[in-house]
Amino acid sequence: MKPKNQRLILVACAIVAVLAAVLLAMWGLRSQASYFYTPADIVTGKAAQGQGIRLGGMVEKGSLRHDPDGVTIGFIVSDGKARTPVVFRGIPPELFREGSGVVAEGRLEGGTFIADTILAKHDERYMPPQLGNLAAEHKAGKTLER
Amino acid sequence: MIAELGLAALWLAAGLAALQLILSIPTVRGSVDGAGTIRAVAVLQGILTLTAFAALLIVFARTDLSVALVFENSHSAKPFIYKVAGAWGNHEGSMLLWVTVLAVAGGVFAVLARRTGERTLIAALGAQAALGLGFYAFLLIASNPFARLNPAPLEGKGLNPLLQDPGLAFHPPTLYLGYVGLSIAFSLAVGALVTTEVDSRLARAMRPWVLGAWILLTLGITAGSYWAYYELGWGGYWFWDPVENASLMPWLAATALLHSINVLAARAALKAWTMMLAVLAFSMSMVGTFLVRSGVLTSVHAFAIDPERGTFLLALLGIYVGAAFALFAIRAPRLREGAPFELVSRESGLVINNLLLTVILGIVFVGTLYPLFVEAITGEKLSVGAPYFNAVAGPLALLLAALVGVGPLLSWRRERRPVLRRLTVPGLLAVTALIVTIVLAPHLAILPRLGFTVAAFLAAAAPLPLTGRNPFRAPLATWGMVVSHFGIAVALTGMAANGAFTSERLAVAQSGQQLTVGPWTVAFDGVTPTAGKNFTAIEAKLRVSRGEGALILLPQTHYFSDPPMETSEAAIQTFWDGQLYTVVGREDASGGWQLRLWWKPFVTLIWAGGALIAIGGAFSLLGRALRGWRAMRARREPDWRERYA
Repeated sequence: MKPKNQRLILVACAIVAVLAAVLLAMWGLRSQASYFYTPADIVTGKAAQGQGIRLGGMVEKGSLRHDPDGVTIGFIVSDGKARTPVVFRGIPPELFREGSGVVAEGRLEGGTFIADTILAKHDERYMPPQLGNLAAEHKAGKTLER
Repeated sequence: MIAELGLAALWLAAGLAALQLILSIPTVRGSVDGAGTIRAVAVLQGILTLTAFAALLIVFARTDLSVALVFENSHSAKPFIYKVAGAWGNHEGSMLLWVTVLAVAGGVFAVLARRTGERTLIAALGAQAALGLGFYAFLLIASNPFARLNPAPLEGKGLNPLLQDPGLAFHPPTLYLGYVGLSIAFSLAVGALVTTEVDSRLARAMRPWVLGAWILLTLGITAGSYWAYYELGWGGYWFWDPVENASLMPWLAATALLHSINVLAARAALKAWTMMLAVLAFSMSMVGTFLVRSGVLTSVHAFAIDPERGTFLLALLGIYVGAAFALFAIRAPRLREGAPFELVSRESGLVINNLLLTVILGIVFVGTLYPLFVEAITGEKLSVGAPYFNAVAGPLALLLAALVGVGPLLSWRRERRPVLRRLTVPGLLAVTALIVTIVLAPHLAILPRLGFTVAAFLAAAAPLPLTGRNPFRAPLATWGMVVSHFGIAVALTGMAANGAFTSERLAVAQSGQQLTVGPWTVAFDGVTPTAGKNFTAIEAKLRVSRGEGALILLPQTHYFSDPPMETSEAAIQTFWDGQLYTVVGREDASGGWQLRLWWKPFVTLIWAGGALIAIGGAFSLLGRALRGWRAMRARREPDWRERYA
């Protein structure tokens, strides 16, 4: 094989590989990325049923209940505009409590959100990424109301 | 006083970096003979940054609260080791560590490098100084670690308890040494592109740095994975978290570079491609640092809240990566062709390895950055997690792992022997593994099943390069390759076993109650309060047994006051065939306690495999060093005899 041809073949291989990576990634992202919704989005029907999504909002005060089996909890996530009931089986992260922010991963079944994971809040300064924004909007809204 | 000393050392080092860069330009052109000066300046710069870093360690060790960084991240009641480790457990301190490693690597390189041409070496030192300058500016302008507070507060804010762990003391420095070790490969590539001296001597000069950095990255990633596993209490070893991906991306690029550099060293082929990978590998280190340090991951909006740092880092990233790739685009066509090779040859095998690694790197890169792009452009929020990475990168990684068994059997230039016949035993083993998993576990998911199959194939195929000759006379580097490749099979077995056979039990237990998980019976003997140096805790007592003999496991939950926080400390017991992982949760209304139990067969193989991969790398490095040393001695020998004749 001539060196020049060899270089051409290698360059062609590299281009094909990069294209393949991009196409694979696009396909993967379309079918596997999970979107983030707030209860208001869910009420307006933006979120698809049974598909992996994330739900974020505040745990409503007084909504937390424990099932008799001791490891299933239910609570309501609210964003000030709408409320979504959530069911979770497992030990929630340490700083999960009523009145604080939460992001849950799982899927919608009917009007209820079945959570597989409740994202850990790493310390008291941490705000779940998407909630940082929500909290800011919330505050801005309150100031406007005043 | 000590803080001011550190700051002064940092300014001086920055000045020296500027001098080093300015001096290198006429020296490379040949108009000035500044090589000796540049080497001395590089060494001095390394010593000064070490001084600055030592100063930071001292103010942290003394808990000098008049330094803002200490106040923000430390507390007088912290155990001493975490006071010291706290020095790099924060933004400013870790950037200082980064700069220190960058400068020290430059200094060591200036002293040791003898293999490349002098002009390339000086150009590389100039490039290293240019890299350093940007990060000095970032430290001194946007994140001064030595800023003072007046008046000094009485008590510090404390360190995030999750970070108060021996893992923290070693994990970030190991990764940083790895990241920044790649800077030498980057600088050498830039230097060689400037002088167009891309040859096998360059590859041999670059190889120990790439190998060393790659070993440390492998160790850092393995240790980080184990740290997340036992510290976070979720029982997972890899979360595809952007911070984890930030360390995986340079590792993937460095792995590709490590393989292509061998082609350049042995056959002087793949010149342009290797230079591109060398640039890419350190670029990925910088992307990783940008992602972790700019705040952009917490949110695109958090990035906007603290724009100075993020924009600064993004600008540095853009300048360095852009300049390096522009130089590459200008110079790559001028590189002469390397030695040709046939379609079936070692070179082709390494090209396929490189292509697959690059594709996986691209997939991880896109998946990590896609949410940021989407949010920045449309404002829509989404997350890309394990389902994407496993589905897209998983099969490619398995294909790569299978080919790892084949590539080393091919010979350079062209392969005429029937290689497939040597793979009969591994092939039969793979088929056996496939059939066994189908018979024993018919409902297994596809990835773990293929994982077992590929692992069986690779475990048998990896040692083949040592057969057909006396294995004890094989070069140490060949042993290193075999050990690393075998490590991949070991880690793969661990991952497949963990994915396929983990049993999990989540329940509320009353004192005296018994639970079962996998083959284990776990008796819960209640909860007792206890305390540590800076936390209070509750401790559950679990008696576990399978068949005869019982062991006691004591999972805890710790309550910290500065800052207020709880962490759960899993109790993990390791057996030859797996780990029992226990976590205590909260008390429920009936007085029972939540317990989470996992039986994870052969999960330890994941980290054992990672360690083997790194050990193999160390063998290679040692082998190459010994060979270099012997060659040097052989060359000196005649002089020595003449002198004493």
